[in-house]
Amino acid sequence: MLSRVADSVYWMSRYIERAENVARFVDVNIQLMLDAPEGQDQQWEPLVAITGDHEEFARRYGAATESNVIKFLTFDGENPNSIFSCVRAARENARSVREIISSEMWLQLNRFYLMVNSAAQQRGGLDQHEGFYDEVKQASHLFTGVTDATMTQSEAWHFSRLGRMVERADKTSRILDVKYFLLLRSVEEVGTAFDGVQWIAVLRSASAFEMYRKRHGRISPRGIVEFLMLDREFPRATQFCLMAARDSLHAISGTPLGTFRHAPEKLLGQLCSDLSFIGVDEVMQYGLHEYLDELQTKLNQVGQGIVETFFAFKTPQPGKRPVLSAVQ
Amino acid sequence: MSMNFASYQVDGFYDEMLAGPKAARPCAQNLMQTIQSLPPGEFERRQAAAERALMQMGITFNVYGEQAGVEKIFPFDIVPRIVSAAEWSRLEKGLKQRIHALNLFIDDLYHDQKILKAGVVPREIILTAKSFRKQLIGWKPPRGIWCHITGTDLVRHSDGEFYVLEDNLRCPSGVSYVLQNRQVMKSLFPKVFGTSKVRPVQNYPLKLRDMLEFLAPEAVATPHVVLLTPGSYNSAYFEHSFLAQQMGVELVEGRDLVVEDGQVLMRTTKGFERVDVIYRRIDDDFLDSKCFRADSMLGVPGLMEAYKAGNVALANAPGTGVADDKVVYAYVPRIVKYYLGEEMIVPNVPTYICAEEKDLRYTLDNLEKLVVKAANESGGYGMLVGPHSTKGQRAEFAEKVKADPRNYIAQPTLALSRVPTICADHLEGRHVDLRPYILYGKEIFVLPGGLTRVALKKGSLVVNSSQGGGSKDTWVLADSETVEREGSNGHAVPLSKGGLPLRSRAPGEDRIVDMSMLGSKGGLALCSAA
Repeated sequence: MLSRVADSVYWMSRYIERAENVARFVDVNIQLMLDAPEGQDQQWEPLVAITGDHEEFARRYGAATESNVIKFLTFDGENPNSIFSCVRAARENARSVREIISSEMWLQLNRFYLMVNSAAQQRGGLDQHEGFYDEVKQASHLFTGVTDATMTQSEAWHFSRLGRMVERADKTSRILDVKYFLLLRSVEEVGTAFDGVQWIAVLRSASAFEMYRKRHGRISPRGIVEFLMLDREFPRATQFCLMAARDSLHAISGTPLGTFRHAPEKLLGQLCSDLSFIGVDEVMQYGLHEYLDELQTKLNQVGQGIVETFFAFKTPQPGKRPVLSAVQ
Repeated sequence: MSMNFASYQVDGFYDEMLAGPKAARPCAQNLMQTIQSLPPGEFERRQAAAERALMQMGITFNVYGEQAGVEKIFPFDIVPRIVSAAEWSRLEKGLKQRIHALNLFIDDLYHDQKILKAGVVPREIILTAKSFRKQLIGWKPPRGIWCHITGTDLVRHSDGEFYVLEDNLRCPSGVSYVLQNRQVMKSLFPKVFGTSKVRPVQNYPLKLRDMLEFLAPEAVATPHVVLLTPGSYNSAYFEHSFLAQQMGVELVEGRDLVVEDGQVLMRTTKGFERVDVIYRRIDDDFLDSKCFRADSMLGVPGLMEAYKAGNVALANAPGTGVADDKVVYAYVPRIVKYYLGEEMIVPNVPTYICAEEKDLRYTLDNLEKLVVKAANESGGYGMLVGPHSTKGQRAEFAEKVKADPRNYIAQPTLALSRVPTICADHLEGRHVDLRPYILYGKEIFVLPGGLTRVALKKGSLVVNSSQGGGSKDTWVLADSETVEREGSNGHAVPLSKGGLPLRSRAPGEDRIVDMSMLGSKGGLALCSAA
């Protein structure tokens, strides 16, 4: 398929997944703040930290108040990672590949955009956004479902899944990281009742609460790290996402699993092995934040490798015969 | 209030639906009955459902001069325009005749120029036309065809006759609206389709692809066809992606293609692939910066070299635009006579050629009665509608015409026919034109239908989408022979007797079954909109 088209399909899915995850962060924080004990400081800053845009936020908004953060992450058209911007970007990517995706996918994405756009126009307070974040999650799930149910699962579909899974792996690791790095920095809070509430919120933001209960039962930081990072069956766990991304990458290139033909296959294979053969205690010993930080760096390298291998424009080398069109 | 025709005024125009007050034309009786039998408010509800469906389907166009990416829906009115079988049969013959002659004309211009030597068309008209491409002189395009895809604009005057208003031989757009409008209409009025014998249009993408494959270099067994678009900010981008999707071909931008060793190659995730046929929706000027405009960023440098080496086919052929020059248009009756020895079956609108002294004087003396058009403009730009102009506008336009008479033609203001159109809660007549689409491949094919554009503003004659125009579905009716041959549109598919095993009877199930028969897109959109 066309490099430009693969590029657009990949980013279309990444942006949808990103919008969904931002909605998860915001929604869970709203719930968490409702449960916070009186006098407890409102914790909105970590949310901006998750997306990695805290410098831009500080420059344009200053104080991390509830309304500032919600506006920045939800409807700010100048923040490229706001829900509105992500859905708009996903739609622009889809617009340029409409002949590749199914009509049903376009219809759903278009509805998604119209819904977010009309909410953005209303610009009301928090109360008026009641149910909005749920709608965003639903719309994203619907898009993924429609994609799986209506799109031929060939190369373009694999690029779409690759984008979604790389993005989700990254966002789940960030959820975990921020909880550890920022929410838990004051030691005296560890083990209190409020701590339990916070951990449940983390699980909820990854739709993982019930599934975690079934697997581990008791809420413990160790169990949660193990579940969100290393679980091979929970579809939002980092390891699960990386394995799915790896499978799609190999389906695209036709390289057998366990071998590699280009940089992203090599990196992603290594990353999957790392997570497969590390125990949660080793992660904690190494330092969760340090470990996640390295993971995110490697994930960025994978993303960069995908861009260079498949999307970057190249010029033909004289004398080398072109591939004849295979499918028509 | 229910839609009825009690107070509907024909106002002395030719009305496509009514022969006189409250009297439907024979071909429209079925439709008129349906409209009148709907409960109050139902017709407006369906109009609103159609608009929602189009918006959700993203059937939008971009407007030049507005912020990049601003989209609007092309307004759509659900009262269709009907063309009887007998009328269509004559139009079809007339269009085939016209395209046949124009193709011979273009071919002659790039070879012996017999028609210029014979003095039938003045030499300087061709030589001064911007769209005459000297780079193509002596060139024989694949299969000898230049104008593969044409959209010819027709209008009906108050005398009841159809006239050709202009030819669009470069990159005519709008056919996607024909297909989408039909999809929406079939879901809104399934019963009327069943009984009206409306001829189907849905096979257009198949015909288009067949035609394009026919052009491929002979040695290629399975031709690789692509559609070349200027990109997603082009006003017709929706149509480009829609047609590519419906044909099952790749939609490419200039930057996706590269020319190497006289071959056109496409950049893919697995390396470079050869391209054999390009349906290009980019004007000649921007097609190849090495051959035409050097500042073009849209096309593919070296494309013309590959084309002239016979390694890739282009549709329409570069240079075809010379025949849709608005001044050349005035000579088409003589062109048809010269090559085919025939009179025009569907005539031209009488046209004054400002390059000719007598016609120029007449034009300048009668500006308030005439429509004056610039030769190389489209979309209703560069045009003066005399009866609707102010004295100042006429004076300004007269100066433009005097400065460059070669660039202008004038035509009498036609009383365009009208079709009932929804205006809030009632129907009023609005002026329409008709653009049928013609494909020239192994044979000449005229799509039985076309884009009916409607001037939504009261009294307006400008139907262009960029200037307040909308569209309607066009129903070409079948005679009994045609029904025999191709079937008619919209008959409900009978459900199989056995039926599907059902776990339990879900609410709304009947409606879902109904929708599944209406065709995928329109049905889905309307299902949720209802």
